[in-house]
Amino acid sequence: MNHWAFVTAAYVITLAGATALALQSWHAMRRAEAAAEALRKKR
Amino acid sequence: MLGNGQAVALHIAAIRKWILVAKLGRAARNVLHALANPTRFLKLARPLTPLFFWVGTALALFGAWAGLTQTPPDYLQGESVRILYIHVPAAWLGMGGWSGVAVASLVYLIWRHPLASIAARAVAPAGALFAILCLITGSIWGRPTWGTWWEWDGRLTSMLLLFFVYLAYIALARADADRGGDGRVPALFGVAGTVLLPIIRYSVVWWNTLHQGQSIGLTSSKIDASMLWPLWFTLFGFTFFFAGIALMRMRTLLAQAKVEARMKRMAQS
Repeated sequence: MNHWAFVTAAYVITLAGATALALQSWHAMRRAEAAAEALRKKR
Repeated sequence: MLGNGQAVALHIAAIRKWILVAKLGRAARNVLHALANPTRFLKLARPLTPLFFWVGTALALFGAWAGLTQTPPDYLQGESVRILYIHVPAAWLGMGGWSGVAVASLVYLIWRHPLASIAARAVAPAGALFAILCLITGSIWGRPTWGTWWEWDGRLTSMLLLFFVYLAYIALARADADRGGDGRVPALFGVAGTVLLPIIRYSVVWWNTLHQGQSIGLTSSKIDASMLWPLWFTLFGFTFFFAGIALMRMRTLLAQAKVEARMKRMAQS
């Protein structure tokens, strides 16, 4: 049995999950802080 | 038998120790109270978010590269042992994430700091992701090593339960926020879910499981140093990464709360 296929799958899934979480969290933060800033300037 | 002098000295040492513990507890409480101020928290969180995120990413990537290329294969497990460098940090953060949810929930229940409730809600999705990554990478490792993708043993089942508890907490916290709740119900759930942590930790001791016992401790390890060192990079790397993500999510929830409060004020005036 070739173990490298299993190793690669585990690393790719972890990388994909961590990247997706980071991108989603960063976009949500940017969007929310921009909305708060826009509302503050509007006042 | 101890002499009178020795007994008195031991009592004084014990009292001094308790005074130190009390002082440390008071200092920790003061830090918590100071951070409970959102303005003060944001002043700290803004520079720390990119710092934690990028330091964590760099350490984790270096550890993963070293684990894939710089260590020898295991004499029994072969190349599949390299999954350890991501599986162990995922397990640590899956459980550590819930500890974070529980501590923040407890702080919220005791002192009613809204920031504590926000911290618990921010940590939960990241903890859930690492819990499922722990299950997936463990399953992938199990196929070539145990000959099966899944076994309903104590460790695997309790970790799966933790993942479901995360999902339940996320749904409950969202529903509570949507209906304008005060966050007490999710906080109670956050504290109650802690019962799973010792079950996961000691499952390999209490039951005869397929999952091996603890191989890495704080002071000793059953893994040879030539194979162990990249694990410290991925462990610290993913932990910093996790902290960066938690700060991003806390900032998001704080900004959303600010917008909501301003909209309400504008609607009233």
